[in-house]
Amino acid sequence: MALRRVLGLGAALGRRSFCSKQPLPPDFVEALRAVVGAPNVSTATAVREQHGHDESMHDCAPPDAVVWPQAVEQVQELAALCHRCRVPMVPFGTGTGLEGGVNAVQGGVCFDLSRMDAITELSLEDFSVVVEPGVTRKALNKHLRGTGLWFPVDPGADASLCGMAATGASGTNAVRYGTMRPNVLNLRVVLPDGRLLHTAGPGRQPRKRAAGYDLTSLFVGSEGTLGFLTQATLRLHPLPEAVAVTTAAFPSVRAAVACTVQVLQAAVPVARIEFLDEVMVEACSRFSKLELPAAATLLLELHGSRRGLAEQQQQTEEIVQLNGGSSLAWAKQLEEREQLWAMRHSAWYAALALRPGCQGYSTDVCVPISRLPDVVVETKQDLQDSGITGPMVGHVGDGNFHCIIVFNTQDPAEARRVHAFTERLGRRALAAGGTCTGEHGVGLGKRALLREELGQEGLDTLRSIKTALDPHNLMNPGKVL
Amino acid sequence: MAALRVLVGVKRVIDYAVKVRPAPGGGAPGDLPRPLRVQTQGVKHSLNPFCEIALEEAVRLKEKGAASEVIAVSVGTKASQETLRTALAVGADRAVLLEVGEGQAVGPREVATALAALAGRLQPQLLLLGKQAIDDDCNQTGQMLAAMLDWPQGTFASRLELESGAVLVEREVDGGLEKLRLRLPAVLTADLRLNEPRYATLPNIMKAKKKPLEVIPAAELGGTPPDPPRLKILKLEEPPARGGGQKVQDVPALLEGLKQAGRI
Repeated sequence: MALRRVLGLGAALGRRSFCSKQPLPPDFVEALRAVVGAPNVSTATAVREQHGHDESMHDCAPPDAVVWPQAVEQVQELAALCHRCRVPMVPFGTGTGLEGGVNAVQGGVCFDLSRMDAITELSLEDFSVVVEPGVTRKALNKHLRGTGLWFPVDPGADASLCGMAATGASGTNAVRYGTMRPNVLNLRVVLPDGRLLHTAGPGRQPRKRAAGYDLTSLFVGSEGTLGFLTQATLRLHPLPEAVAVTTAAFPSVRAAVACTVQVLQAAVPVARIEFLDEVMVEACSRFSKLELPAAATLLLELHGSRRGLAEQQQQTEEIVQLNGGSSLAWAKQLEEREQLWAMRHSAWYAALALRPGCQGYSTDVCVPISRLPDVVVETKQDLQDSGITGPMVGHVGDGNFHCIIVFNTQDPAEARRVHAFTERLGRRALAAGGTCTGEHGVGLGKRALLREELGQEGLDTLRSIKTALDPHNLMNPGKVL
Repeated sequence: MAALRVLVGVKRVIDYAVKVRPAPGGGAPGDLPRPLRVQTQGVKHSLNPFCEIALEEAVRLKEKGAASEVIAVSVGTKASQETLRTALAVGADRAVLLEVGEGQAVGPREVATALAALAGRLQPQLLLLGKQAIDDDCNQTGQMLAAMLDWPQGTFASRLELESGAVLVEREVDGGLEKLRLRLPAVLTADLRLNEPRYATLPNIMKAKKKPLEVIPAAELGGTPPDPPRLKILKLEEPPARGGGQKVQDVPALLEGLKQAGRI
């Protein structure tokens, strides 16, 4: 509780405040059991605690009960029941979010949707597939093995695809393949009162449409506050014929970021371009037992046909040379490439390993590419001035970077410094014309910054939409708004 | 490029992610009342993971210039053609299906016999198989095949290197790693750490449709009619369902509970 206050998370912008947790009505749990069967309902403390937190450091807020629906009709019945009794509902996929999205701050029922795990309607000519919440992105890609297609959105964790749609997830491949938003063609949503909505119409997956307001885009990134995403139609992409990965060390942060900007301006269709500052590189090298020089580093991946790839490699090498970067050693074998990316994906744990016993908090600002060098350099200076351990890692191709702040949550002075730093960073990004959250979502912690980012009219419009779809504020209350 | 021909055995198996169930039993006259097969109708199948690793190694040998031709072979029903097309998409030059009838019992001995006969025809210098199939977990085909051909064998290979007329194999054994030098021709079976297999890409899948795939009835290969199968499945059932757990207050209660369950 104290930590949340310190980080300025106490102010709720919704109608309910943190303290209005109501006990479940009598016979409610029995009614839940009547819908899904007793084995699919739990009020055990351990189970509720498991469902009350994600990978962020927000305090665990367990729901009053957890249910496992097996089919969408059950989700509808359960939602209608909760709606009648005014009980809050929290959707749960894999619990790998980073903003406290599943924390049941007002109690209620957690809907664990992982048992609904069908992969259906795979179309190799239409490049689309339909998945339920229990399907994770790695499971989908393994299922697609042998078809020549893949789903490229890669946030690092093996997250539920519907969960990724709910948070508008992104990742290392977004610079070329896009975030979740352009890759979700249709959603089957259970609204808070139990009605079923297909955002692009039932059974449709047009690659483009101009039919009415874009409901699919509304629900992508809604973080469980507008309804349950019980099925998603996803856009698939062809696997690249040839892939090459390399690291490049630079004499300064500015040189590395400038190189990124130039690679994009040269229209090299880079698939992934990740930045690691020297603190992050050292932490990752130690953690993953690789030997990379401790300098501002770029980790790049190129996709293309065999001949096209060679041309991209040459272009990239020239630009890296121009910015004073090291010579490039391209990895082509799957094992070497996986090793480099595993090192990058374990950045979170590598950062935590710098100060064992401390907790981690990741910032997530995203700014226009033109402003990126300045914002990154200023942020780095701010980190040093504030004496905060915050290795930086980022999808610089999108202008998005994370400071993984590792600090002792029990030390109020340090916690205050961290809080002040994140506020300054958020405002710095907003002042540069960017956003306070590029991919992690608003969740519990960024609601105050949302008003600054969108303005009063923006926030009021969001509230109107929320009230229209969820007038009793039962869907994941306490998040986003 | 060395004139080294590699034969890679691949098997079509139920996909590792599928929840396997016994086939619905009975129904037709003459059927046994309890099912002795698992449900395969409408179930996702794929290339056996260890065969994928063997195939990947063969394709890498060709890319390095150490091998001149990679031939994928499978002993199975007509459905195995789709598995062979995947093998062609990954990089095999041509494929051979040694076809058996639907419902025909085909175990390691039958497969090894068929592969040995094909090896006699195609004269490869290297025979690469997966160490075992994930449906039966037999881990016998490679070994039997080597014995039938009287070729040296390097099983559980986690690293291999070709030399002139020989192959250097690093094997994963119980005590650690063992390094062998085997004279060619030899039989090798691939273990997990040999490599990370590539995914087939769309352009390669399209090219694979044009690569040659020959279908030969397995019975025709041997010359003599095949021996009747020696293995008979006696029983096939799901493991018992997991019962609820129980908390006890103290050790005497624990012992009482174990006695009642007939465990002590």
